Amino acid sequence: MIREETHSVWQGRVRIRVLSKGRGPALVFFHGPWGLTWDPFLEELAQSFSVVAPEHPGTTPAAPDDIYHLDGLWDLVLCYDELLEALGLENAAFVGHSFGAMVACEVAAAYPRRARSLTLIAPIGFWRDAEPVVNWMMLDLDALRGRIFRDPAGDAAKRMFGPSEPPDAAAATRVRLMWSMGATGKFIWPIPDKGLKKRIHRVKAPTLLLWGQDDRLVPPAYADEFVRRLPGAGVQTMDGCGHAPQLEQPNRVAQMVRDFLRL
Amino acid sequence: MKISAFHLMPHRELPVDFEKRYESVWVTPPWWELADARRVGEYYNWTLDELLYAAKCGFDGVCTNEHHQNAYGFMPSPNIMGSVLAKLTNGSDVAIVQMGATLPTSNPPLRVAEEYAMLDCISGGRLVAGLPLGSPMDVSLCYGVTPMEHRERYREAFALTLKAWQAREIFAWNGRYFQLANVNLWPRPIQQPHPPIWVPGSGSISTFDFAVEHDVCYCFLSYSGARSAKTMMDGYWRVVADKGRDLNPYRAGFLQLVVVAENDARAEEMYARHVEYFYHKCLHVPGIWFSPPGNQDYRSLVATMHNPVRRAENPKTLRYRDFVERGYVIAGSPATVRDRLKEEVIDSLRVGNLMVLLQIGSMPHELALENIDRFAREVLPHLRGVWDDEGWVNHWWPKRLRESARPRGAAAVGARPV
Repeated sequence: MIREETHSVWQGRVRIRVLSKGRGPALVFFHGPWGLTWDPFLEELAQSFSVVAPEHPGTTPAAPDDIYHLDGLWDLVLCYDELLEALGLENAAFVGHSFGAMVACEVAAAYPRRARSLTLIAPIGFWRDAEPVVNWMMLDLDALRGRIFRDPAGDAAKRMFGPSEPPDAAAATRVRLMWSMGATGKFIWPIPDKGLKKRIHRVKAPTLLLWGQDDRLVPPAYADEFVRRLPGAGVQTMDGCGHAPQLEQPNRVAQMVRDFLRL
Repeated sequence: MKISAFHLMPHRELPVDFEKRYESVWVTPPWWELADARRVGEYYNWTLDELLYAAKCGFDGVCTNEHHQNAYGFMPSPNIMGSVLAKLTNGSDVAIVQMGATLPTSNPPLRVAEEYAMLDCISGGRLVAGLPLGSPMDVSLCYGVTPMEHRERYREAFALTLKAWQAREIFAWNGRYFQLANVNLWPRPIQQPHPPIWVPGSGSISTFDFAVEHDVCYCFLSYSGARSAKTMMDGYWRVVADKGRDLNPYRAGFLQLVVVAENDARAEEMYARHVEYFYHKCLHVPGIWFSPPGNQDYRSLVATMHNPVRRAENPKTLRYRDFVERGYVIAGSPATVRDRLKEEVIDSLRVGNLMVLLQIGSMPHELALENIDRFAREVLPHLRGVWDDEGWVNHWWPKRLRESARPRGAAAVGARPV
């Protein structure tokens, strides 16, 4: 059963809902720019880990305006430190996707002892003029769908983008996606290079980078930027996936995470 | 009634297949393929000449505006244009309506307060201070402001501007977005306590609230005509009433595209292609760019997604006659134009401060002058007195110009001592 609890941090001004399930070593999952859903990947991880998945500030239902209490990445990182404290988690395996992978990396750089390991799935955080990260906030939702997923008609895409009927459900999906991008985008607009390069050397945790070979938002070449700064980090590139390999191939990615964490 | 000539300063010679070849008219159109600096210099001069001509013909005000990285209207600095207009209209009673410099793209926004004060000084107190939020294309896509911070930055900058104009003491501004330890504006505006303020918007509820709370003139800048603006403007007047303000028509501004000819058929011959150019090319922008994630607050986002009141028709599928029929453009003989403006815009929306766009899209200089001239001679005089019998005071117009019904051909004869 998925447990759900909401914690208040930041002098009570920021409410963060946390979904959790499973038994085993603690694993914190930092979701990407399109909000948190309990997907087959998390379900699979929950077979081996005690999975804790917080929602980024502002993306928790009924608390959208809490995001206005945070001014930048530094505030966000501190919020996560407070959240881990509230959850009683001294440390955990960190897994993050896209924007969430950048956040995981920032928290691990700020608090090196909190991250036992880092699994970064298609992380952002760096910038190359020759291979720009696509600004997904400038894409209409149909184009976005084709950029996130290798197969925009597949189950993973359907799960994220929801049914087109009834109209109210479709509207609710658009609100969820737009607001999640807005709230997370607050920390990365207009170029998602916010100084990780100055801080990443502080990361002590063993790191695995996972990339979909057909990532059309964040080119897989960005793995080099991480590896260059995190000697010893492993890289796995996966065929048949776009920017969200854990959604398109949940079992395979979950297995990679398990294999990595057994090391 | 105050009637001002508005200008966008568009690219007038985009290629015929522009909207098929390029992603957007805004943010990403390639300068080197599409424009030539010497030719653009001519556009700027034509624009100034057209506005100066309007001033000479008896318009009450001339309007400029700020936009970036685009071929739709590229006055990145409206105040450069405004200063030329201010200087060359000295001695006449035309208002310099800056619609205007965009606070969230000016850092610090004090720069706008300073430049507006300069314009007020140069013009002898004829400035109308438009304080727009700026479009998301300009503010977020071109100038890098985080969409979620756009409105907050605007509100803080607005408060700072008003205080900077009025404060008697040097003050410190310890804001969320701006920190300035010694604010001591030089110069201050002539108009006291500050120049009249207009806030342009495109129908967002939060802008209505803001405008009414601050007792400024709300200007609906729409390209879809008065009929589709009716719901919006009714909503605005409801907010005005709810907040206990009077229903002074000068609280409302509206922008309307207008073309005038001897008769309706002639108007089509003369202007159809320029109107189509405007709607097909100058508004060629991906929809999401008008409202990227975070730009709308959560409440507005939910409202827009669940009740898209402005389910915009795609103007690319419409032709001249559709634009005229739907009122996007008011076109035809002087009689047609004045009747429609009076009925559909002024009376129906309750507008006291009307702006008209008379140079539209690819319209060449000579034709723009002709349109301005015909409007000034055969339309404007018939509309000027519309609200007079109700006795409202236009608090949102420079005080020294409020009473004047400008005679045609008032000559600019150099600075008037102030």
